[in-house]
Amino acid sequence: MAEVTQLIHEYLRHDKKFPHVLCPGCGHGILLGSLIRSVHALGIPKDDVALVAGIGCSGRVAVYVDFNTVHAVHGRALTVATGIKMAKPDMHVIVVQGDGDALSIGGNHFIHAARRNIGLTVLVLNNFIYGMTGGQCSSATPLGCWSTTTPYGQMEKSFDFVEMTRAAGANFVSRGTVFHVKTLDKLVRQALVHPGFSLVEVLTPCHTQFGRKNKFKSPVDMYQWLKKAAMPLEAYEKLDPDKRAGRIPIGVFVDNHEPALETRYAAMRAKLAKG
Amino acid sequence: MTNPKKGQTRITIYPDWCKACGLCVAFCPAKVLEIDVAAGCARAVREQECVNCGFCELHCPDFAIVVTPRGKTRNGGTQPPQENGN
Amino acid sequence: MSAKRKTAAREIFALGAEAVVEGALLAGCSFYGGYPITPSSEIMEGMAERLPRTEDGVFIQMEDEIASLGACIGASLAGRKVMTATSGPGFSLMQELIGYACMIEAPLVLVNVMRGGPSTGLPTSPAQGDVQQARWGTHGDHSIIVLSATDVQDCLHMTVKAFNFAEKYRTPVILLLDEVTAHTREKITVPLAQDLEILYRLQPSMPPEWYKPFEETVRGVPPMPPLGSGYRFHVTGLTHDDHGYPTQKPDEVVAAISRQFRKIDQFFFDIQITDEFLTGDAEVGVVAYGSVARSAHLAVEQARERGIKAGLIDLKTLFPFPRAAVEGLLRRCRTVIVPEMNMGQISREVKRVNPGTSTVWTINRVDGHIITPKQILESIRKG
Ligand SMILES: Cc1ncc(C[n+]2csc(CCOP(=O)(O)OP(=O)(O)O)c2C)c(N)n1
Ligand code: SF4
Ligand code: SF4
Ligand code: SF4
Ligand SMILES: [Mg+2]
Repeated sequence: MAEVTQLIHEYLRHDKKFPHVLCPGCGHGILLGSLIRSVHALGIPKDDVALVAGIGCSGRVAVYVDFNTVHAVHGRALTVATGIKMAKPDMHVIVVQGDGDALSIGGNHFIHAARRNIGLTVLVLNNFIYGMTGGQCSSATPLGCWSTTTPYGQMEKSFDFVEMTRAAGANFVSRGTVFHVKTLDKLVRQALVHPGFSLVEVLTPCHTQFGRKNKFKSPVDMYQWLKKAAMPLEAYEKLDPDKRAGRIPIGVFVDNHEPALETRYAAMRAKLAKG
Repeated sequence: MTNPKKGQTRITIYPDWCKACGLCVAFCPAKVLEIDVAAGCARAVREQECVNCGFCELHCPDFAIVVTPRGKTRNGGTQPPQENGN
Repeated sequence: MSAKRKTAAREIFALGAEAVVEGALLAGCSFYGGYPITPSSEIMEGMAERLPRTEDGVFIQMEDEIASLGACIGASLAGRKVMTATSGPGFSLMQELIGYACMIEAPLVLVNVMRGGPSTGLPTSPAQGDVQQARWGTHGDHSIIVLSATDVQDCLHMTVKAFNFAEKYRTPVILLLDEVTAHTREKITVPLAQDLEILYRLQPSMPPEWYKPFEETVRGVPPMPPLGSGYRFHVTGLTHDDHGYPTQKPDEVVAAISRQFRKIDQFFFDIQITDEFLTGDAEVGVVAYGSVARSAHLAVEQARERGIKAGLIDLKTLFPFPRAAVEGLLRRCRTVIVPEMNMGQISREVKRVNPGTSTVWTINRVDGHIITPKQILESIRKG
């Protein structure tokens, strides 16, 4: 396995201070490893990757990796990524956002980017909470959970990112977890090459701001929970519906091949050029 | 990749990068690793038991642990393997 | 080049908004991201029609003005010359990203066709209420270039200027028009691109290993390669060091912010454009901009016919405020009149630079109607 870490180190910016700023056991770091392995496995040159990040702990991963990295403002990463992709359709434009960034403040941009089916690879690091700002609830915080702004329990229902993205019209919609790393690597690779808007919702533990306050004793406990709760979509679908409670399906939910926005745009321009 | 035979690997942990989150310790199927509380990082206490499953290396959120086949070195052969620095 | 000189400059009958489109295309704009809003939509519609027919032009209608500016910033990082246009409500939505563009030093042109406000205000009426917002709208200390245009021909030329400044100084440039300027239709000349000075952002001349994206340079403007050209670096709205990495070290923070100010402020002589009309011997001065400057021009002519020594400074650059020119006028004239379609936004600047040699009068109008030459003339006669 030695090549795994060695390879990751080839992609890290060694003029940046390590260890990175994330808390011990934060799942965001695992996703960064997965992303690096996936880009490498596909042989995509570093120069061809634009990594656009939102604001939050999730957004902080971008600075550590030697791609063209853009740390945008809160909720707007997809808008900046849209500009890059339309201006340079040959680039692999990857977006890393938190659950709050993607679907609380950035929800409008998210549904429209999915609807446009623009060729972005979007990795939403869902830790069910606003990690960076100290544990306030997000649109993904589950019903009943404690957060600093739902001290009596969350009363609002949370978004199902997968169903939301499917409904908005994206080509590729998937979910993985940072515990199931090999599946995650596979999903990220698929998302990277899939034309059109490609989502990987990545379930990732934030023990510091979420777990601790919601009956998880340690970061490890959260990974134990992910290990138990997540199951392949195919198996989940075969489950008796009343046995589904508490289980989280992972895998590929939508796998369409409609032309991406940039492809349609190029076709229109070609037609115009002919007169 | 997976070598079911034990004792074929050497484990290197970068003490400066490891945050002692305990993830590798908890999930190592061969109970190779422990947290060294005094040093504040993980430590391979039963290296010979390692089955080279790769879990620790793939899951370490801080890229702080490397599993190297014995005999080979981390850098591909020219330098001696780095000692577990704790 | 001369072989290309097949066509000549064209004369067209155009709206101010259409002149902006012509100017943008001449300047090399190849990306427009926008959201419709009166009275700026004609700019967007013009770009929607024209850009896809240009060599590599991209037009995209985004879901709101935040997204529009976000897309422009992304495309600017990717090496494009970019533009968006909006009006008050959209301009307010864009403020956070204007600061981001300042911080990451992304060249872009933002046209705000001002209408009556606050809020939804008077959608189809002219106003000049966003002047100070253009200067100070985003949070935090920053320097920025704000331009205006008087008539339709000017819309074309100031748009070209806006692109040139954006590229030369790596900064967002805000072009403030008003409803009257944007919706006036008149005959203009569209020059050939080769007859214009068209500037492009500086490209790095060093190998990627040596490149520092936010390095201190003599001009204060670091070179800016497009994403994907081999110069991989980090871009962030966090205060950053010259590598682009976030920093909180006081010396690095001060260096970064000071350079962002200095790169614009030290070139005030290049950036501050004013059009002076009969100011040499003026005893009563007028300082105006946008469509109001047109009324003021006529008023000054009429005053001269009546034997009053009046003169006008038409501000094409609003910020950095053309202090030297205005101070000169204040020193020469006993009265300086500042007519504007707001409650007094540029008059604050005029009063600020007044060495005490002149009385500053204001004419303010916020009823959605233009300030007429007659109104200004009356004031000149009293002045
Ligand atoms: C416009 C704006 N509003 C609020 C904030 C403060 N803020 C920073 S990160 C964040 C939430 C981050 O949560 P999430 O996107 O889930 O990322 P995480 O930290 O959990 O990875 C907030 C509210 C901000 N930076 N900008
Ligand atoms: S607060 Fe949560 S999301 Fe942020 S670094 Fe810590 S564990 Fe990760
Ligand atoms: S997973 Fe990594 S950071 Fe956590 S204890 Fe193991 S080596 Fe240290
Ligand atoms: S590779 Fe790591 S997790 Fe697997 S047995 Fe060896 S030490 Fe344990
Ligand atoms: Mg979160």
